[in-house]
Amino acid sequence: MYLDNAATTQKPQSVIDALQQYYSHDNANIHRSAHTLASRSTVNFENTRTQVQSFINAKEAAECIFTKGVTESINLVAASYGKLVLQPGDQVLVTEMEHHSNLVPWQRICEETGAQIIAIPVEKDGTLNLETALTFLNEKVKILSMVWVSNALGTINPIKKMIDAAHQIGAKVMIDAAQAASHFKIDVQELDCDFMAISSHKLYGPTGLGVLYGKRALLEAMPPYQSGGEMIKEVFLTHSTYNELPYKFEAGTPNIADVIAFEKALAFVTEIGHDQIVAHEQALYQHFMNAIENSAFDGIQLIGTAAHKISVQSFLVAGMHHFDVGMLLDAAGIALRTGHHCTQPLMRKFGIEGTVRASFAVYNTLEEIDYFVERLHKICTRTR
Amino acid sequence: MKTINQLQDEIIADFSLFEDDMESKLFYLMDLGKKLSPMQADHQSPEFLVKGCMSKVWVYPNYKEGILRFEADSNTDITKGLVSLLVNIWNNRTPEEILNTDLYFIDKIGMGSMIGSQRSNGFAGMIQQMKLYATLYKDK
Repeated sequence: MYLDNAATTQKPQSVIDALQQYYSHDNANIHRSAHTLASRSTVNFENTRTQVQSFINAKEAAECIFTKGVTESINLVAASYGKLVLQPGDQVLVTEMEHHSNLVPWQRICEETGAQIIAIPVEKDGTLNLETALTFLNEKVKILSMVWVSNALGTINPIKKMIDAAHQIGAKVMIDAAQAASHFKIDVQELDCDFMAISSHKLYGPTGLGVLYGKRALLEAMPPYQSGGEMIKEVFLTHSTYNELPYKFEAGTPNIADVIAFEKALAFVTEIGHDQIVAHEQALYQHFMNAIENSAFDGIQLIGTAAHKISVQSFLVAGMHHFDVGMLLDAAGIALRTGHHCTQPLMRKFGIEGTVRASFAVYNTLEEIDYFVERLHKICTRTR
Repeated sequence: MKTINQLQDEIIADFSLFEDDMESKLFYLMDLGKKLSPMQADHQSPEFLVKGCMSKVWVYPNYKEGILRFEADSNTDITKGLVSLLVNIWNNRTPEEILNTDLYFIDKIGMGSMIGSQRSNGFAGMIQQMKLYATLYKDK
């Protein structure tokens, strides 16, 4: 039973079939050779970009850049845009609930530029208090880079209000949508975020692939991130001119097969519909919460109890290390995550080393939750 | 005193009672860990921390008149159970006996599938550290 969906989701058969189809019948490098295979692959590859554009409602497909994942998307913005605009004394604003991938790239660019990284504190229940958060927005803040949904806690953050407030002081906003994209309908134009990072493999797609959305004007002003093939227009021995968007940021042969298969993952989500997905996940989540909030179930400490959450719950079992709980559940055939979830500052804030984290996805069932609850209850009872 | 191999055979016999019930094997390991003699607090220092383990495991050697004794502890119960298996087998032995041990019980009880690859690496780290202590004291 797979309850580690916040780490990565399982893949629909259509995604697996598309990967096999590509390598069996369509394998060719894109954008270069003129033969039929290359042309077919190029069309399929660019079709995914169009589908991504539609999935997040970007103005144009060229604003959607394929990367290795959310980590690379954030590194790209930090290294390219961050280096372009940050001056000594400037601030990069984040929250205490960021994944390491939205902290470390900014720490490095701040070290390089003399800017400062500031973190908005998280409340005890795992909420980001909007009033508190707004007080951190001042004229020194040049970039706000924040997570839409916390991977460790499941908290949904008020990003629209933060984006609008950040724009009022002239800051640009990067949204880490790694956990959000499989749950919410995304509209980057309505949100008006400047950048957004999306992961394929947390969205039922292949691993090693992500998307960076950026507003055209910003992407055009930014220097290339990596250099080599594909990202150039003309190369001379001593200098080069750079390609247009999005290719300027896609140096080298891209992850062709995974990009093509990712289109099937987007179709999988779109066909079911975000509303249906969230309704099902919330039903699973409520079923789980009702069961463990039962009085017979003492010994469970919930970590992250915000009012607005996705179907993720971190917890601890009294008197037991989270690693042991995870191993016992694994022995019962239940896969879930234990550890600090790449959010060490957040764990430190709560005074813990890590948690056990259950995360439910669209294909999980109420019967699975019942089995999970039964095994968890056994562990709690055995420990007492 | 029982021989090292007698103790290994006892472990194999105990674990065979659970057949393929992995969960019960882990609970049993945790119970074994609870029986481990307490470790002196100041011996839980970074110097005695086992390297390569996800959990924290300390092993402290006590060498006296040609015989090694070990104190051990861990922050997780399953790992404490694992280190207790080694402490029970190797306590009150000479460094040579420790270095010459063939730890055949590990495969016989299906340790790999019971604890997974990451913890197996950690378990190998414990064995390596205890053998390193035996090597250090061998010629003293």
